[in-house]
Amino acid sequence: MKALTKHRLFWPAAILVVMLLANVIVTPTFFRIELKNGHLYGSLIDIMLYGAPLILIALGMTMVIATGGIDLSVGATVAISGALACSIIAEQPDQEAVGGVLTAVAFALGLSLVLGLWNGLLVARIGIQPIVATLILMVAGRGVAQLITDGQIITINSEPYELIGGGYLFGFPFAVLVVAVVVAGTAVLIRRTALGLLLEAVGGNAEASRLVGIRARRLLVLAYVFCAFCAGIAGLMISSNIRAADGNNAGLWIELDAILAVVIGGTSLMGGRFSLAGTVLGALIIQTLSTTIYTTGVPPQVTLVFKALVVTAVCLIQSPAFRAKVFRRRRPTGPASPAPAEAEVAA
Amino acid sequence: MKRTPQDPALPEAGDSGAGVGGSPPDSGTREASGRVAADLDARDPGGSAAAADVRQTGREAADGAGDVVSNGRAPGPLRGRFALATAGSLPLGRMARREYLPVLVTLALFVVLFATGSILYPAFGSGQIIIDLFIDNGFLLVAAIGMTFVILTGGIDLSVGAVIALSAMLSALLVEHVGLFVIPIVLAVGALLGFAMGYVIHHFEIQPFIATLAGMFLARGLCFVISIDQISIKHPLFAEWPHIPIPLPGDMFVKPTVFVAIAVLALAFWALHYTRFGRGVYAIGGNEQSALLMGLPVARTKIGAYVVSGTCSALAGMLFATYTLSGTGVHAVGMELDAIAAVVIGGTLLTGGSGYVLGTLLGVMLLGSIQTLIRFEGTLSSWWIKIVTGVLLFVFIVLQRTIAPKKSQKG
Repeated sequence: MKALTKHRLFWPAAILVVMLLANVIVTPTFFRIELKNGHLYGSLIDIMLYGAPLILIALGMTMVIATGGIDLSVGATVAISGALACSIIAEQPDQEAVGGVLTAVAFALGLSLVLGLWNGLLVARIGIQPIVATLILMVAGRGVAQLITDGQIITINSEPYELIGGGYLFGFPFAVLVVAVVVAGTAVLIRRTALGLLLEAVGGNAEASRLVGIRARRLLVLAYVFCAFCAGIAGLMISSNIRAADGNNAGLWIELDAILAVVIGGTSLMGGRFSLAGTVLGALIIQTLSTTIYTTGVPPQVTLVFKALVVTAVCLIQSPAFRAKVFRRRRPTGPASPAPAEAEVAA
Repeated sequence: MKRTPQDPALPEAGDSGAGVGGSPPDSGTREASGRVAADLDARDPGGSAAAADVRQTGREAADGAGDVVSNGRAPGPLRGRFALATAGSLPLGRMARREYLPVLVTLALFVVLFATGSILYPAFGSGQIIIDLFIDNGFLLVAAIGMTFVILTGGIDLSVGAVIALSAMLSALLVEHVGLFVIPIVLAVGALLGFAMGYVIHHFEIQPFIATLAGMFLARGLCFVISIDQISIKHPLFAEWPHIPIPLPGDMFVKPTVFVAIAVLALAFWALHYTRFGRGVYAIGGNEQSALLMGLPVARTKIGAYVVSGTCSALAGMLFATYTLSGTGVHAVGMELDAIAAVVIGGTLLTGGSGYVLGTLLGVMLLGSIQTLIRFEGTLSSWWIKIVTGVLLFVFIVLQRTIAPKKSQKG
């Protein structure tokens, strides 16, 4: 039992299970999954479908955070990618044409890669602190997205494009399949090759890893490019789901949700260790929280209060300092015990 | 293997270090050492505070590794730290003067921008425009001043925009019932939020980024708990008194809100440069470990910085409310980014320990004059403000990087 609670995925998994069970108590049909017209429907499928962009971005964010960095610009990348794709499709003579949609997708993802490269070069080549380097794109990116859409909300009507964020393939939502493929591919690449190890080494100590012969800078750039690529796909999903590109609001604050998902999943913001499964769990927790609040009929804006409480609770539970102070103090070993604990922390 | 010296300011470290790091190790060692790094982290699962300290020392040692390698000695934690300390203290006199450079560049840019505006548009080049900058950006200035304290300690406060929205909302809700007492109440709420975030950050070792993010969600959520809809403000405290024009010589006028912003600025300047608290803020940002070892009240000072930021945000929220005359949960979205941008453009290092509150004033003025100029231009769309702000951020960050290469590598 103790080994179980010590596992790094125990707390995130426990919280997710508790939240899902709470949902079942409120709505008994919560776990029911139905097959309608060859499509799967149900609350669980909804959580996966609406959580798909968040899982993707959190996945990319995990790689960046594993290197000891952070990427604040993913929300802007989401907006830019969606804006470019929609504005290209809107200019096509036939919006239904698969070729046009593929071109749009290719251009949007290509631009995302460029944005990631920009972040990566700022961090790895010029040596700017990641939080500052990506802040630049976070501030300027929404302006760029509005520049692409000319300040308008571009609506499109293209069935092939709608498949990305709202369509179904083999009964499953297409977005969920995309996420599954990306997560599985990343997991294989990271854990079956030395890549994950090298990333963790860079995150643990970039300078030391460079001295032992790891090409730290190249790996850093790679992490940011991958993160932006994930954000680009998520941008396609989000714009495809609402069939419009909104430079101002698409992916607003999703970088914060993604960072939360990563932290809830047990990845340290200091870098050097990460957990892909934890990140997916974290993203699902955040999405389940939102879905739960929608189903209970509380005004959706109030979600933020619950989010704040859950975030605080999860972070505090995972904080060694908090556990040391609060849980040890409760132990009836006399009044002397908290003092050395505090002295230790203070030292 | 290609090896470029990480730090251009220390060429000798790169040269003599080439013997150690330059020889291409075989893939076996490469993987093994990668595993060591991973093992080190695995053994310390976030660990106890003591373990975190050890890891901290390890990091510092590695930071100083460049210097140690240049002596041709084996890196050890103590020696690494020592080398770092001496390397930092040697060019201190020169660094102090170079620290002013970003502030001076901001000042120069502001002057150039203002001169350009005056040449292009005759109406631009008046003293009233400068006063208008204070009137229109007073709330941003107050929020950015609070942010300066937090950033100087090496932290960050993402809750600023949300606290502004919350205090505008609270003002709108309460002012009809309690009148003037709304001011201390709202300030207390801001201070309390700041205290809570600071307490969690310092005592439970949650990253400032995450703790203030939670604070942001909480404050925004509370806005919507108070009311989903917009509440308008009609009380003269917000609707009339702050808008009384006070005439100045030369056909100009100011509004009372400007005095509030300037008073906060003066108070912050005094607190940062002439009080023990201010010295403590700089010391913690420079090196928290050293500040602790020197016996400075780290906990009090660090939490204090967040209290200052929360209080400033609350005050900024009330100024904002005089400006918009309403409270809603969607006010001031992204204001924290403007505040951070103003602080960075004003020459404060995001790693902490270096910067000036007067630089923040210049940063706010620069951002404000860009907005004014784009409004004067008329043909340029509003999103250019964001793009120009981003470009400015880039320029200043690269500038800081070239001025203080050693410092900005931290974190």
